[in-house]
Amino acid sequence: MLGWQDYHTSNLVVALLLAISVAGAWYGRHNLFCRQFVRDFARRRLAVAAAALFSLFVGVALADSIAWCDPVAEENAENAGIEAFRPRTLIDRLFPRDFRESAYSAPLATNAFYGDQPLKHPGKHVLGTTIIGHDTLHETLKGFRPAMIIGAFTTLLVIPIAIVMGVLAGYFGRRIDDVVQYIYSTLASIPNILLLIALILVMGRGTLQVCIALGVTTWVGLCRLLRAETLKLRELEYVQAARALGMSHTRIICRHIVPNLFHIVLISFVLRFSWLVLNESILSYFGIGLEGSFGAMIVLARDELAREPVIWWNLAAASTALFLLVLTANIVGDAVRDLLDPRVRTAE
Amino acid sequence: MTAYIIRRVLYGVPIVLGVLFLLFILFFLYADPEAMARKALGEKASVEVINNWIREKGYDRPRFFNPKYPVTEAGFWTDAILFDHFHSMLTLNFGGSDIDDYPILDRIKQGAGPSLTVTVPIFVIGTLVTIAVSLFVAFFRGSYIDQAGLFVSVLAMSVVIFVYIMVGQYFFSSQWRWFPISGFDRASAWRFVALPALVGIITNLGGGVRFYRTIMVEEVNRDYVRTARAKGVGEVQIMFKHVLKNGMLPILTSLVMQIPFLFLGSLLLENFFGIPGLGSVTYDAIDQNDFATLRVMVFIGAVVFVIGQILTDISYSFVDPRVRLS
Repeated sequence: MLGWQDYHTSNLVVALLLAISVAGAWYGRHNLFCRQFVRDFARRRLAVAAAALFSLFVGVALADSIAWCDPVAEENAENAGIEAFRPRTLIDRLFPRDFRESAYSAPLATNAFYGDQPLKHPGKHVLGTTIIGHDTLHETLKGFRPAMIIGAFTTLLVIPIAIVMGVLAGYFGRRIDDVVQYIYSTLASIPNILLLIALILVMGRGTLQVCIALGVTTWVGLCRLLRAETLKLRELEYVQAARALGMSHTRIICRHIVPNLFHIVLISFVLRFSWLVLNESILSYFGIGLEGSFGAMIVLARDELAREPVIWWNLAAASTALFLLVLTANIVGDAVRDLLDPRVRTAE
Repeated sequence: MTAYIIRRVLYGVPIVLGVLFLLFILFFLYADPEAMARKALGEKASVEVINNWIREKGYDRPRFFNPKYPVTEAGFWTDAILFDHFHSMLTLNFGGSDIDDYPILDRIKQGAGPSLTVTVPIFVIGTLVTIAVSLFVAFFRGSYIDQAGLFVSVLAMSVVIFVYIMVGQYFFSSQWRWFPISGFDRASAWRFVALPALVGIITNLGGGVRFYRTIMVEEVNRDYVRTARAKGVGEVQIMFKHVLKNGMLPILTSLVMQIPFLFLGSLLLENFFGIPGLGSVTYDAIDQNDFATLRVMVFIGAVVFVIGQILTDISYSFVDPRVRLS
């Protein structure tokens, strides 16, 4: 009707991600190393529970990315209003259309919080409503998508840069190493949060900008780890042997170095995920985070604790969801690190 | 020794210059002066006012070099933004804020005191508490106490700082009225600082305990500990005399990483608790798009970090002569 829309892109991305994960699972099924990893992971009950909960969150985020518009009958189109034409995601469809009140209402309340008028949907708002009457549960479920976008998008941006720079510096050494080390020590000497803020203020606000800024502060750590590991790998006998047999540098890097770095990439990202999500919420406080994220919700809820009687459900819902997301990511990350490489130490 | 210190200081110089160049790219090449002027003056400002503002702040000047002068004259380089930016930052002539022209250096001098009254207790008490807890947990390594300690640390790490602040303010200030909700007063600073300091210590505790515990446990597994145990040294004494002493080296490094934040203050804590420190200065700069102030804060943060790094390396070399020689 209106040509290509944002929600088309997002549907496409979901399809792509699903395809990639199915392909990955298919490949991993026959890979000895992957099977061993899964078997070891399954033995840790806490980690499995955390992974299950985390997958559920990923599922919510994916479901919130699949959207389509409902057809509006010709004769109603005139007075249906703009809402009827807006695409609704799978998560939106869990709730009835126009599932809102005019202002606050407590969880499961039948009357409005202020004024005591009966609600339009009495007893249906399990977690209450926000200041503009949106259902808190609905808002909270929608918060998982920005968090996952931050995690996934930043990761996609950072991995190629960190691998290329880290491997080049570690493998070839000398001048390249000096330059790469200089760049990352310079970036590392600026306090993270200040660098984030400066980057976003200069680049402007938006999802892509936030991800780029988080990426700039994230690749430093990963690049440092990859460089150190490459330095070690370069001296190993099988790499020396490949050199002696006349293999080209490109082939050695692609066949022998990069595949042996992947555990570090995986570990640092599972561990970094929680850092990314927590920092996005801090950016939200400065008004430069993502729209609808948990951070934004918590910041909105800031003044509600000062009201009398206190309005606690918005803060409670958003911070519990954020807490569970970060907690499960941390537990899974620790398990992955222990299984793949217990020696990688993180300071954060 | 002197040679080592000089070498180390010289190594910090290019880093500071690199930070300055990065700031130049961000704020003078990438940022659009017109957009900056609009943000400072408001959307409705006329073209003339905007152009005036840009001229006044010097954003319209040539960036790398000034073609008005011949290449051989000094003015070719010195009458351009690049040179001025480096010159004014390195000589601490930060100039005025983009918003109200208030001298940035004065604002920083006023803010440093209140910031330090919050961050120093967090740093000192927080470090002592973290080391104590992690030693305790490491002493019971492998037992239920250790596991419980680690799990609580992960739980504590997963809570976003706002929740600590808001819950702390709600219970300690508004319900039980132990501390004021926010504000600052030099005469009775401790009352205003107590709650933010408490929150600051708690937020850093989870990650800190986990990290320090790893270091301690690593030390416990070293050969010299086994030797000490074979000599008949008691477990408690091993912990304090051997493990703690040797574990202090990596701990020292991680402590230095926190030094810039000591000085810059905690952005969030100062804001929520209304403490007029450097964190508030930064927050206001972000809020009002005051790029001049933000630039200076980033620069100072980096300089303090580099100085801190040099100081650790030097103190390291006192403790461990191997560092000096390599």
